[in-house]
Amino acid sequence: MHIPDGFIDVQTSAVFAGLAAAGVAVSLKGARNQLDEKTAPLAGLTAVFIFAVQMLNFPVVAGTSGHLLGGALAAVLVGPWAATLALTVVLLMQGFLFADGGLTAIGLNVFNMGVLGVWAGYGIFLILRKVLPKNKSSISLAAAIGGLLSVPAAAIGFTIQYAMGATATFSVSAVLSAMVGTHVLIGIGEALITGLTVSAVLASRSDLVYGWKNNVQKLEIRSAD
Amino acid sequence: MLTNRKFYIAGFIVSLFLAGVVSFYASSSPDGLEKVAGDIGFIETAKDHTNADGTLADYGVKGIENERTSVGVAGIIGVIGTAVVAGVGFKLIARKPKRDVN
Repeated sequence: MHIPDGFIDVQTSAVFAGLAAAGVAVSLKGARNQLDEKTAPLAGLTAVFIFAVQMLNFPVVAGTSGHLLGGALAAVLVGPWAATLALTVVLLMQGFLFADGGLTAIGLNVFNMGVLGVWAGYGIFLILRKVLPKNKSSISLAAAIGGLLSVPAAAIGFTIQYAMGATATFSVSAVLSAMVGTHVLIGIGEALITGLTVSAVLASRSDLVYGWKNNVQKLEIRSAD
Repeated sequence: MLTNRKFYIAGFIVSLFLAGVVSFYASSSPDGLEKVAGDIGFIETAKDHTNADGTLADYGVKGIENERTSVGVAGIIGVIGTAVVAGVGFKLIARKPKRDVN
């Protein structure tokens, strides 16, 4: 999912660099309000864990692999603002140190994985959390499905960028169907890793999990009325 | 419930293990985007990465011949580097001023 240099023209890359920068700026503000001394270390660990797991490409269909994006996972663990920041740190490390993701494409990649992937995954998580029973298994399940759909969401992000500024001239609809089809399959791996990780953290330190904590807090307020 | 210390040490060790050991077994097939780009044909428009010859390019340490060691060391460097950048960054973000001037 890491876009190399050259796929998307410089103008479009610049537009998305601006959008990504705006997303990061808003996230800095949001994270400043939300994070405290207790939750900040989990945001750091989330970035570290996502970096590590992104190295683990798993096979999907013959000749194709995928890896965790981690947007939904991060959003459920530490909130969407810190999630965007964590993904941005990971993408910067990968782009600058490991030559993974082009340097002119960093804005495209931060937008797709760090903004779109995070908010698509988190939005779906919030909807499911509302309708599912209020327990820890529901949180893990909602996170997993958020993760599943966040991957095709990021793939659609790429397709939009391709439509706006591809240097190649192949049809956008062919790119859209191939990208979404492949990334729904990769999303299954994303769902498994996201669900398992969220349930492991819920089992060991549920007090730190953003997507569980602010659910419980709402319940407490209601019961105090 | 794990104590803070145990929880963070465990999480960090798991990350080190995944990036340092398990990464060797990762699939080397093209990822979703690369595959689509190859099938449709726009893979040709990719340019070499600016740092394609960098010390850690493509998750290997230049000069280490053994592939298992090379990717493992690169992964460990990445985990530690991410921990430093994200750890310090989030700590600064979370720091609340004692008196709010506004």
